[in-house]
Amino acid sequence: MIPEFGHFALILALCLALLQAVLPLAGAAVGNRHWMALARPVAAGQFVFCAMAFGALAYAFLTNDFSVRFVALHSNTALPTFYKFAAVWGGHEGSLLFWTTVLAIWTLAVAVAGRAQPLEFSSRVLGVLGIVSAGVLLFTLLTSNPFDRLASVPLDGNDLNPLLQDPAMVLHPPMLYIGYVGLSVPFAFAVTALLAGQLDRNWARWSRPWVVGPWVFLTLGIALGSWWAYYELGWGGWWFWDPVENASFMPWLVGAALMHSLAVTEKRGLFKSWTILLAIAAFSLSFLGTFLTRSGVLISVHAFASDPARGLFILALLLVISGGALLLYAMRAKDLTADGGFTLLSRDALLLANNILLTIAAAAVLFGTLYPLILDALGFGQISVGPPYFNTMFLVPMLPLAVLLGIGMHAAWRKTPPHLLVTKLKWPAIGAVVFGVVSPWIFFGTSSVLATIGIVVGLWVVASSLVDPVTRLVRRGGTTARLTRAQWGMYLAHLGVGIFILGATVTSAFDVELDRGVRPGETWQAGGYEFTFQGLRNVEGPNYDAVEGQFEVRRDGELVTVLRPQQRVYRVQRNPMTEAAIDARLHRDVFVALGQSLGDGAWSVRIRVKPLISFLWIGALVMALGGLVAVSDKRYRSQKAEEAERVREPAPATTRVQPAEGH
Amino acid sequence: MWRYAIPLVFIAVLGGFLYRGLYLNPGYIPSPLVGQPAPEFSLPSLKEPEREVGSDDFAGKLALLNVWATWCIGCRQEHAYLLELSRTSGVPIYGLNWKDDRDAALDWLATLGDPYVATAYDPLGDVAIDWGVYGAPETFLIGRDGTVLHKHIAPLTPEIWQRDFLPKIREECGSLPCPLVEGE
Amino acid sequence: MMKFLTAWLVLLLAAPAAWAIEAELGFDDPAMNERYRTLLREIRCPKCLNTSIADSDAPIAADLRREVHQKMEEGYGDEEIIAFLVSRYGEFVVYRPPLQPSTWALWGGPVALLGIGGFVFMRILKDRSKRPLDEDSIS
Repeated sequence: MIPEFGHFALILALCLALLQAVLPLAGAAVGNRHWMALARPVAAGQFVFCAMAFGALAYAFLTNDFSVRFVALHSNTALPTFYKFAAVWGGHEGSLLFWTTVLAIWTLAVAVAGRAQPLEFSSRVLGVLGIVSAGVLLFTLLTSNPFDRLASVPLDGNDLNPLLQDPAMVLHPPMLYIGYVGLSVPFAFAVTALLAGQLDRNWARWSRPWVVGPWVFLTLGIALGSWWAYYELGWGGWWFWDPVENASFMPWLVGAALMHSLAVTEKRGLFKSWTILLAIAAFSLSFLGTFLTRSGVLISVHAFASDPARGLFILALLLVISGGALLLYAMRAKDLTADGGFTLLSRDALLLANNILLTIAAAAVLFGTLYPLILDALGFGQISVGPPYFNTMFLVPMLPLAVLLGIGMHAAWRKTPPHLLVTKLKWPAIGAVVFGVVSPWIFFGTSSVLATIGIVVGLWVVASSLVDPVTRLVRRGGTTARLTRAQWGMYLAHLGVGIFILGATVTSAFDVELDRGVRPGETWQAGGYEFTFQGLRNVEGPNYDAVEGQFEVRRDGELVTVLRPQQRVYRVQRNPMTEAAIDARLHRDVFVALGQSLGDGAWSVRIRVKPLISFLWIGALVMALGGLVAVSDKRYRSQKAEEAERVREPAPATTRVQPAEGH
Repeated sequence: MWRYAIPLVFIAVLGGFLYRGLYLNPGYIPSPLVGQPAPEFSLPSLKEPEREVGSDDFAGKLALLNVWATWCIGCRQEHAYLLELSRTSGVPIYGLNWKDDRDAALDWLATLGDPYVATAYDPLGDVAIDWGVYGAPETFLIGRDGTVLHKHIAPLTPEIWQRDFLPKIREECGSLPCPLVEGE
Repeated sequence: MMKFLTAWLVLLLAAPAAWAIEAELGFDDPAMNERYRTLLREIRCPKCLNTSIADSDAPIAADLRREVHQKMEEGYGDEEIIAFLVSRYGEFVVYRPPLQPSTWALWGGPVALLGIGGFVFMRILKDRSKRPLDEDSIS
C-alpha cells in the first residue's frame, strides 16, 4: 500500500506544481493579488507531498519491499540499514525523486524567506520554480516511476552497487543535488527580474545568499566525489575530466562567476545583464548535467542506465526552461544597461576579468566534453577528449585568473591608486616567487616549469589572502578598521583556492607511482619509503569476503605505519572490489592497493606516494567555509543592517590606505 | 543589440547536436583498418599445433575472419548462424580463437560444430591487437587483394549479413566469377 | 608420478600468464617506468566506460598495457606507439585529440575565446573609463 500512497503523493505534488507554475505568474501579469498569494501555500503543499513520496520509497527500502522494482534492483536483506536508506538515490528513478524533493525543499525555503519581499517578486520566483518542478515531476511520473511494482516478487534483491556502499558516496549525491538544484533559485530570481523588467540593488542583495549557498554545497559535493574516487577506486586518481564530473564542475565555475558578478551589481549596479545571464547559465548547466548523465549520449562510468526516450524528455525540458529564459533575456536584457565608470586598476575591472575568465573556463570544459559528440554528429568520426586536453586547456584562463585574484581582493571600487597595491602586495609577490622557485628543489630535488608556475601562483594566492587578516592580527588595537564577516569570508574562500592550487600542483607533479609484483617477505623502495610485504589473510565482512594484505612502511628504518589493503568480493553481485589502504597525513598520503593474484602467494600491488594531496580536500573545505562565513554577514539578513553598512562605507577613490572591502 | 540573442542561438544549436546525439552510439568504434591491407599474421592452428594458420591462407580469396572465444556469450549466440553461412554462403570463414583455453575451444567446436576452414590460436591476444580487436565476437570481411572491406562488432545475424556484408561482397566480386553467394 | 607431472604442467601453463601480468606492471628503471605510466594515461581502454588503460582491470586494458610495455622494450618512441595503436583502433583510443582540420576548433577554441575575451574587456574598459566615476546605477 505504501508505495501506492507514494505514487499518489507524487501525482498530487504534480498537480500542485502545475498550480504553482500557472497561477502566481498569471496573477503577477494581471495584478491579481489572490492568485499571487496562492504561491506560498501551494509551494508548501507541493513540498509536503514530495516529502511523503520520498518517505514512501525510503519505507519500501527499509522494510525490504522487493515487490517494488526499484527496491529489488538496488537493495538486499543483507545490506546495512544505513545503505538501505542511501539506496533511495542509488539509481535513476530514486535519484530523480530525490531531485524533486530537494527542489521542493528549496522552494519552501524561498517561500518562507520571501515573506519579507514584495508579493509580485516572490510570487513570480515561486512561479518559475513551479515550472521546473512540474517539468521534473511529469518526467518522473511518465518515464521513471520509482514505485513500479514487479509482477513476480524476488526472494531477495540485487544489492546496492558495492561502489556506493561507502559513507562518502552516501553524502556525495545529496550535497551535489542540493547544490545543482539550489541554483534553480537564482535562475528563478533572474527570470523574475526579466519578467518584471527591473533589477535593483535589493534584488542583488537578496539573490546573493541563494547563490553562495548552493555553491558551497556544490564545492563540498565535488570535493567528496573526488576524495571518494581517490580512496575507493584504488588507482590514486582524484579527477578524470569525465563527462559527469565536468557536468558538476561547469555549474560550479559559472556559480563562482555569478557570485562575483552579483557583488558588482549589488555595489554599483553594473554588470546586470552579465549577472542575469550567468544565473540562467548556471542552472542550465546543472540541467544539462542531468541530461548528460541520464541520456546515454556520452560514455561515463557515472552514467545512469540510459534510454533515448528519457533523454528526449529531459532535452525538451532543458530547451523549454533554458530556451525560454534566454528568449526572455534576448528580449529584455537591453533595458538593463547602467551608468557608472571605472578604470583598469579597480575592483570593477578585475571582477569583469573574473567573469570573462571563469566563463571561458566553463566554455572550455563544455567544449571538450561535447566535442566528440559534435564530431560524430557531423560524421567526422570518433575521437576522445580526455585529461591531456583538459589539463592543458583549463590552465589557459585559470592561470591568469589566479594571478589577478590576488590583486582583485585588494583593489578598491572605481579606481585604485597603483602605489597602494604595490605597497600592500610587494612582499607577498616577491615571497611567492622566491619560495615557489626554490621549494621544489628543496623538497623534491627536482622541478619543472609547470610545477614552478603552479606553486608560485598558489603561494601568491595564499599570501595575498593572508595580508589583511595577518596585518589586522599584528596591529590589534591599532587604527585598522575591523574586518566584516563578508571580508573574512572572502579571504578565507580565496585562501582555500590557493591551498587547492598548491595541492593540485604538487600532487600532480611530484607523486610517485609504482606497480609491481611482490612476494611475502619482499622489501622495496618507493617515494623515500621502504615497503615490506608480510603476507595475506582471509577476512569476512557483513556482506563480503576479502583477502587482506599486510604491508609495513618504514622511513629511514623507523616504522611509519602498517597498511592493510583488501580485495573484496561482495557475496550478492560477486564483483571483485579493491579497498586501498591509505596512511593520510598533512604533508603526504602513502597509498597501497592490491591488484591481482600472481599465483604462489605473490600479488601485484599499486603503490602511490602523493605529496600534499590533503591540500585538495582542505582547500575545498576552506573554500566552502569561506562561502558560509561570507553569507552569514548580517547585511544579508536584515535591511536595516545593510543600510547601516552602506552609511559606514568610505568615500570612493580615497588615498587613505584601507583594508579592502568584503564583497 | 542583437548580441543579446547570441545565448539563445547557442542553446538552439546545442540542442540540435544533443538531439542528434541521442540517436548515435558513442561506444561504437569504427575500424581504421577498413580500406587498409589486412594485417599479416601466422599462428599455430587450434586443432593441429604444428601447423600454421595465417593471413597467407586466405590470400587471393574473399574470406571472413571471425574472432571468438568460449567465454564470449555473443559468440555462442552467433555460432548457429556461422555454421549456416559456412555451408551456404560460399565465403570461407577463418577463425581466430582469442585469449582462450585450447582444450575448452576444441571441446566447443566438437560439441557445437566447426564453421571454420581453419582456426588460429591466439592465447595472448597479440594478433588480435594487431587487428584492433577489443570485444568478441568480431567479424572481418577481407577482399581478394587482402584489403579489409568491413568489420562487424557484435554477433552476426542474417539482417546484418544482408545489410552490411552482401553489398560489399557484390561490390567486390563485380563481374568476375565469385564463389556462389546466396542472399538470405 | 602422474600427479607430480600434472602439477608441474599446471604450474608451467600458469607461469606464462603470471609472468605476463608481472611484465606489464612496469619497468625496473625509474625513468622508463615514469615514461610508461605517463603513456598509459594517454591511452583509452576501448571497452571500458571512459578509463585509461592505466586505471582499468579489463582484460583488453591489460593486453594493451603489455603491448605498450613490449613496444617500449623494443625501443619504440612514444609517438610511434601511439601511432601504432591509432592505426589499429582509431583516434578513439587516445585521450589527446589529434591536431587536424576537424579539431582546429577544439584546440583553438579556448585560446580564441581568450583573445575575444581580452578584446571585449578592452572595449568595455575603454567605455567605462570615460564615464563619471562617482555615478552608480543604484535604485
